[in-house]
Amino acid sequence: MTHAPDTRPSANQWWEPSPVARHYAPPPRARRQSGDSGGVVASAVGVVGELLVTAGVILGLFVVWQLWWTDVEGDRAQAEIIAGLDWTPPPAEPAGPAVATQHRAPEAPPVAAPPTEGEVFGQLYVPRWGADYVKPIAEGVEKESVLDTIGIGHYPDTAMPGDLGNFSTAAHRTTYGKPFHLIADLQAGDPVVVRTEDTWYVYRVTESKIVTPWQTEVVAPVPGLKAGDPLPELTQRFITLTSCHPMYSAKERYIVHGELDYWAPVSEGTPQELLDAGISFADGGL
Amino acid sequence: MYGLIWRLLPGPVWLRAILALLLAALAVAACFEWLFPWLAEYMPFNETTVGAAAA
Repeated sequence: MTHAPDTRPSANQWWEPSPVARHYAPPPRARRQSGDSGGVVASAVGVVGELLVTAGVILGLFVVWQLWWTDVEGDRAQAEIIAGLDWTPPPAEPAGPAVATQHRAPEAPPVAAPPTEGEVFGQLYVPRWGADYVKPIAEGVEKESVLDTIGIGHYPDTAMPGDLGNFSTAAHRTTYGKPFHLIADLQAGDPVVVRTEDTWYVYRVTESKIVTPWQTEVVAPVPGLKAGDPLPELTQRFITLTSCHPMYSAKERYIVHGELDYWAPVSEGTPQELLDAGISFADGGL
Repeated sequence: MYGLIWRLLPGPVWLRAILALLLAALAVAACFEWLFPWLAEYMPFNETTVGAAAA
C-alpha cells in the first residue's frame, strides 16, 4: 500500500496516489521482485503476523459471542417457548384479575407425572426478578439440549413441583439468556412461583448458600441428606435453585432452597404474590 | 495472506472493499454459528449444576 503525502494536489481523488507517490516504489515489494531470499522470510513473517492478529480478533469475537450473543439468542428462544406453550391464562373478573385461593396441607397438591427428557412442563415466576420475568422449565440438566436453549432444567429423579421431596432446578447465571442471573438477590421469604399448565405452586425462599460443585446433597429429597444416608419419611415440599458462582466462573455453585407455601389451580385465579408484583394476565399478559 | 486475498478480488477499489467486508461478515457469521458453539463446550466456566453426572 502506498501512502499519499498530505501535500497532494486537492484535484486528486483520494484513492489515487499522488504524483509523488506514483514514483515512489515501496521497498518490500521491490525486494520480493528481485528474488532476494530475504523477501521469502519477510513474507513468511508477515503471514505469521497476520495469523496471530486473526487469532486475536477471533478470541475477541468469542468473548462478544459468549457474553452478548448467547443472551440475545437465549432470550429470544425462551420467549418463543413461553409464547408457544399457549396455556390458558388464569381467569379475570370484571373488577380485575381473580385472586387464587390458597390451598394448603392437609390438602395435597396435584403432582404431574415426570416428563420426558427435554420436555417443557413448567414456567418460573419470581417477583423479585421483575414483573416481566418468566422462563420455561424443562426436564433434564443437559447443557446443550436444555440449559443453553430452553433455560431452566429440572434434575431428573428429583421431585416434581408440589411433590414431597425436593424440586431441584439448574440454570445459567450468565450467558444463554441467564434465567438465574439475579439468584443472589433472593432473600428469605421471597416468593418463587412455579406454574404447570393447571397449577400454581408458590414456594418461599428459606436459605441461600454457596457450595462446591460436588455437594449433591443440596438436591437430595431433604436438602443436606448425604448420599448413603437412610431416606426419612418425606413430609416437606422443597424447591432448590442451583447456578454457577461466582459469576463467569464454575468454581462453586450458588444454591437457593425454598419450601412450598401453598398451591392453587390456575382456573381459580392468579396468586396474590404475582399480582402484588404487577404480573397480570388480564390483558393477554405474559 | 490478506494481501493475496485483496489482489485476487476483482474490480475497482470500492468493489474490492465491499467484497472484502462481505467476506469478513461471512467469516464472523460462520464463527458465531458453528465455531463458537463448538468451542464453548470445552470452556470451563459454564457449569451450573451439581454432581458429576450432570455436566
